[in-house]
Amino acid sequence: MAFNHYLLVCGGTGCESSNADKIYTNLKSQAEAQGVAESCQIVKTGCFGFCEKGPIVKVLPEQNFYVGVKPEDVEEIIAEQIVKGRRIERLQYKEIGKAGAEKSAKGGIENIGFYQKQVRVVLRNCGFINPEDITEYIARDGYAALEKVLFEMKPSDVIDELKKSGLRGRGGAGFPTWRKWSFSADVKDVDQKFIVCNADEGDPGAYMDRSVLEGDPHSVLEAMAIAGYTVGADKGFIYIRAEYPLAINRLKIAIGQAKEVGLLGNKILGTEFSFDIEIRFGAGAFVCGEETALLASIEGERGMPRPRPPFPATNGLWGKPTVINNVETWANIPVIITKGGDWFANIGTATSKGTKVFALTGKINNSGLVEVPMGTPLRDIIYNIGGGIPNGRKFKAVQTGGPSGGVITADNIDVPIDFEHLQELGSIMGSGGMIVMDEDDCIVDVAKFYLEFTVEESCGKCAPCRIGGRKLYNLLDKISKGSGTMEDLEKIKSIGNAMKKASLCGLGQTAPNPALSSMHYFYDEYLSHIKDKTCPAGVCKDLVTYTIKEDKCIGCTLCARRCPVSCISGERKNPHFIDQDKCIKCGECFTVCKFDAVLRA
Amino acid sequence: MPVSTTEELKITDGLMEFVQEWKNKPGNLIMILHRTQQEYGFVPRKIAMDLAKVLDVPLAKIYGVITFYHFFKLEKPGKNQISVCMGTACYLKGAGDLIQEIENVIGIGVNQTTDDQEFSLESVRCVGCCGLAPVLTVNGEVYGKLKKDQIAEIVAKHRGA
Repeated sequence: MAFNHYLLVCGGTGCESSNADKIYTNLKSQAEAQGVAESCQIVKTGCFGFCEKGPIVKVLPEQNFYVGVKPEDVEEIIAEQIVKGRRIERLQYKEIGKAGAEKSAKGGIENIGFYQKQVRVVLRNCGFINPEDITEYIARDGYAALEKVLFEMKPSDVIDELKKSGLRGRGGAGFPTWRKWSFSADVKDVDQKFIVCNADEGDPGAYMDRSVLEGDPHSVLEAMAIAGYTVGADKGFIYIRAEYPLAINRLKIAIGQAKEVGLLGNKILGTEFSFDIEIRFGAGAFVCGEETALLASIEGERGMPRPRPPFPATNGLWGKPTVINNVETWANIPVIITKGGDWFANIGTATSKGTKVFALTGKINNSGLVEVPMGTPLRDIIYNIGGGIPNGRKFKAVQTGGPSGGVITADNIDVPIDFEHLQELGSIMGSGGMIVMDEDDCIVDVAKFYLEFTVEESCGKCAPCRIGGRKLYNLLDKISKGSGTMEDLEKIKSIGNAMKKASLCGLGQTAPNPALSSMHYFYDEYLSHIKDKTCPAGVCKDLVTYTIKEDKCIGCTLCARRCPVSCISGERKNPHFIDQDKCIKCGECFTVCKFDAVLRA
Repeated sequence: MPVSTTEELKITDGLMEFVQEWKNKPGNLIMILHRTQQEYGFVPRKIAMDLAKVLDVPLAKIYGVITFYHFFKLEKPGKNQISVCMGTACYLKGAGDLIQEIENVIGIGVNQTTDDQEFSLESVRCVGCCGLAPVLTVNGEVYGKLKKDQIAEIVAKHRGA
């Protein structure tokens, strides 16, 4: 019997950790119990992207979009939606209109603001197919690109197609992909070449690659095989963070299934081309996202980068020519082959083609995974897709490029996001983390956070990064404690510029960016810390004092009861008092006071 | 597998099988260390010494790799591993306060284990569910959109469980 309903359950990490798995098994057993198991297909897919509202269940063909679903809602979903065909309004996603009124979104994700401005190329299959079933990938044109390449195209044709597409590496630097490939393809007289997928997504606050691998692992495998054919390699490695168990598991399943049906392994599709892929685990070193460090790690060594040139394209893994691309770059390749480079080049801007996936997180209403054409202004991403800043707070800045990037402020919110424009603004595209800050976030504190990260992750091989990073961190720490001087700001600039020029790899070269960029755009805030000894956002604990305004305090004793160090005293119904010597500045009293009687300064 | 002292440890059969399978593959060390940690929860000194013999690599090389990568542990973790995400999104949404609160509740700081071996605390870089920030995991189970006052309840749930 044919299915008349399809229930798609999001199985991304975000939803999975809020009981999506239980929802999936409950749906299965309820469908069985209510006698509709034969007429409705239940599929666990990859990430829908709308992580804020998870767990999500999508109903086809009605296109109902149920959010925040709980395992105990399942019985009703089957009984109402499947058996009786009625939409459950309680679960249906509601859009908050301009007047603040909620209204149920009409059927179809095209009516949901979060999706309206998105164009899904990389995430084309995420949230549509079951990633653990190769036939579903094949049904959506999966492996058609590999077939086309093997039977209709010469290696040089593939490189021409990539050149036409204008695809640039999505891992950070934006190097044209076709050039990398042609460097490796041009090396003759070697017995071995390698293809490597960089899935060591270490940028804190970014999870694009993870979602692609969890939702559509075959797209990466297919692309790697295409690269193998193009440059003449028969062996591929996927280097993935050990912290991503779900992605690792789905990759293993995918590789196994592809081998079983002859799309990987010996003599693929009956041709002379053979290609095999092996998974290698990272072990929690951010620097291994740098390509030469990554190769050292696959070789089983300490993950330290080495000087380039020679580039991995000619001297890579074990000295052999190696094509390294990151997950998102790989996921673009199969569509470029099936739909053509010209089609791809139509999306995006003059120099940055295609789309970019961003992990939109931080102080934003709709946090999640978004894919937009290159050149989309930040305003669209923050307000139309992201739904603005929560709790009526004011937008302050967005950090792109994680610890290697910089801030974009409200003044530049209409600048189109592409490789060149971000660089002009003193930031970088990076892998696609986009962290939104509001007025409660202190820019000095954020810069310090990133520097702490890069100091910890520096491999220590070259002095500019090892010593410079530590010095920068110490200066920022000093400023955040109110003992900074104007001279320190100059020092940050000169050390930062030296690191940019002299560091061995991308980690050290970009490590000063968060400090330099935030100093450029929020100079006043640095000045407040140095001259006025205040932290305008009230984050830097050494610069904050909490006092109780006698005229506003009604003596409800709430703050005194909540204070973890019992430093608030006072009689009931009389104004209270904070003992500044004992106060640890946790801010609990400020948060709990209902009468605005606690003053933070 | 309960063991009293690390001196008595031997390479288990499962680990040995894995080592034999990988022994002749180039670049095998990190994969073998992963498998070792999976077996014992950390990389015991005795096992590292045995591996050096089996693989015919200097012990210094093995320790060089272990100490370079954050993922590998040299000390036995507690029964329950609490990992607080300190990715940027979680940090901005108050992950630091969560760590502070855990310190208050179980009395240990980051990278420490309680005396009764019940809990260890670590801070990790991005669990990858930033939509749920701030996040912590206990033995891999994710708790998201956390508030400070939920910590005591989570600890109680895992204590002695």
